[in-house]
Amino acid sequence: MAHSVFKKYQYSLILLRELVITEFKLRYQGSVLGYLWSLLRPLFLFIILYVVFVYFLKIGSDVPHWPVALLLGIVMWNFFAEVTNNGVTSIVDRGDVIRKINFPKYVIVLAGSISALINMLINMVVIIVFMIINGVDVHWVSLLAPLYVFELFVLALGLAFFLSAMFVRLRDLNYIWEIIMQGLFYASIIIYPVSMIIAKSHILAELLLLNPVAQSVQDARQVLISNANPTLYTVSGNNIFIAAIPIVLVLLIFVVGARYFKRKSPYFAENV
Amino acid sequence: MVKAKHDNVVVKADAINKTFSLPHDQHSGIKQIIINTLRGKRSGGYEKQHVLKDVSFEVCEGDFFGIVGRNGSGKSTLLKILAGIYKQDSGDLNIRGTLVPFIELGVGFNPELTGRENVYLNGALLGFNKIQVDDMYDDIVDFAELEKFMDQKLKNYSSGMQVRLAFSIAIRAKTDLLILDEVLAVGDEAFQRKCYQYFADIKKQKQTVILVTHDMDTVIKFCNKAMLIDKGHKTEIGSPTKIAKIYRELNNQNKNTVNESSNRNSNQYVHADATVDNQGSRIVFDINLKSKITLEEPMIALGIYKDDGQQVYRWTSDEKISKNIDITKPSNIHIELDNIFPVGVFTASLFVKKIDRTIDYAIFNDIVKFEVQNESLYKHDTFWKIPEKASFNGSEV
Repeated sequence: MAHSVFKKYQYSLILLRELVITEFKLRYQGSVLGYLWSLLRPLFLFIILYVVFVYFLKIGSDVPHWPVALLLGIVMWNFFAEVTNNGVTSIVDRGDVIRKINFPKYVIVLAGSISALINMLINMVVIIVFMIINGVDVHWVSLLAPLYVFELFVLALGLAFFLSAMFVRLRDLNYIWEIIMQGLFYASIIIYPVSMIIAKSHILAELLLLNPVAQSVQDARQVLISNANPTLYTVSGNNIFIAAIPIVLVLLIFVVGARYFKRKSPYFAENV
Repeated sequence: MVKAKHDNVVVKADAINKTFSLPHDQHSGIKQIIINTLRGKRSGGYEKQHVLKDVSFEVCEGDFFGIVGRNGSGKSTLLKILAGIYKQDSGDLNIRGTLVPFIELGVGFNPELTGRENVYLNGALLGFNKIQVDDMYDDIVDFAELEKFMDQKLKNYSSGMQVRLAFSIAIRAKTDLLILDEVLAVGDEAFQRKCYQYFADIKKQKQTVILVTHDMDTVIKFCNKAMLIDKGHKTEIGSPTKIAKIYRELNNQNKNTVNESSNRNSNQYVHADATVDNQGSRIVFDINLKSKITLEEPMIALGIYKDDGQQVYRWTSDEKISKNIDITKPSNIHIELDNIFPVGVFTASLFVKKIDRTIDYAIFNDIVKFEVQNESLYKHDTFWKIPEKASFNGSEV
């Protein structure tokens, strides 16, 4: 049985492997610093945001190790943005291949998101360095952090499936998604601490944390950096049902996205 | 996939239909959706094009099955349905075993990657894992004769080099069914020979093949069964020679009607149609002419052109037959040329002029087209003297 399952997905696996390798080779091709850019880009964005928000606007001074939490948020957000932004156009971009040969199309979307995931794991090295410099205490509970990264990955992948399939017919989608992402960036509690919102409105903080991006980033901050980062669970007064909403949302988005993609994929070749 | 009933049937297609929705104009935007919704029609602005209508056929194990048809006949769509690239609207398609489609060579080739990296990428698309490609890598490179270039980026390859590399990967594929598009046989003559050698090899190996082509000589040479598709309908299934004959008739009919409409200005005085028959050793032209008015001192010329537009041969009635011809009655010119043409596609144009070449009474551009599949001594000459025979209204001259 296991053998036949392997057989069924063998082609997909071969293809997935080659596409991920290709995408990695092409990513920083021709640039002098090459792969170093995947470390330098979030680092420079961090420096800019740190200077603006922490140094001048004095945001987050009440949260211990806030700069590290800020960096973690940026890295996770960039990962989410990369998977979805590249995801939108991924099927159309591969139109030339899709028109010539039949292969499982989901491999394209999966390869793009896995390549982004590897990129984010490299970025995690920078975060660990900053954690050490900042003297962040690491606990056993920190081992939960990959779980939240995985949650974000599933969400981003589900969205990428949905968006890439829809973009085949609706070519305005990448602009629409760009605008949504700009709003989502500020709504996802990346560049300011939750405490700032709680100080204004407890309900608003709870509402914003229902967004799975905000929730997973906040949870990762709590387990990895400091308990002073409130999560949906703590903000909702340890209400497990409310805390489950973003998880259910992630699963729902993934299932809907994947099913929509599966339904549309036989017609990609004639529509791209 | 459902297994075909008979043991030796590899492909069974039953009443395949395919319709494309063609948008009238830019459709894939949010603006259009809003406009259509406001107008109260969801799928407005589309035109249905019925590309394949109830196409049925069977391919058995070891068959070299040719699918022929003119441009736009639906044969490429059928090929893509067989290859699983398109999905049919209705009809059953059962394919037993694995298949590899070669609609185009070098699918997925990336110019920014090296030759070596592209071999692995293209190999993966054809279903080979890294170990399998490792094993055949040297053979691929040897066959493509590109040892020195494998670590260079593909964008620095000539197009011929790219095709060679892609082809040597493609021929490694060993599957139950091969789907080949004739466009494979592009490139220089040496490469075409390699392609035809490959066709001959897989035929010998009793590989089951479906070949889509409009080149009748390829069909006759390699296929044991052929199907003709015209305007989305299956017209005929039969022996390659029979199909080739029907196809030629169809092609010539079409050619003439096209010319009558496209040369409306130049044939206001003359009505003409022509057929060409490639009999292998001889190319035979039959031209029927009739002028609608009495033309002053007419002469007829037939020019033959290579596909790059270069004239290779010219036949003129005043030199070969007589300075005095009358085409006010329906007239026939029969020209037989020894087939010394090289491999290639040729077109012939017919001219009716005044004998001193001062007036063009009528010009029929590309009145017939023919293809040749043999070698010739003349291929480097720019203008040929061809052993010929001609008759005017039946009387030999």
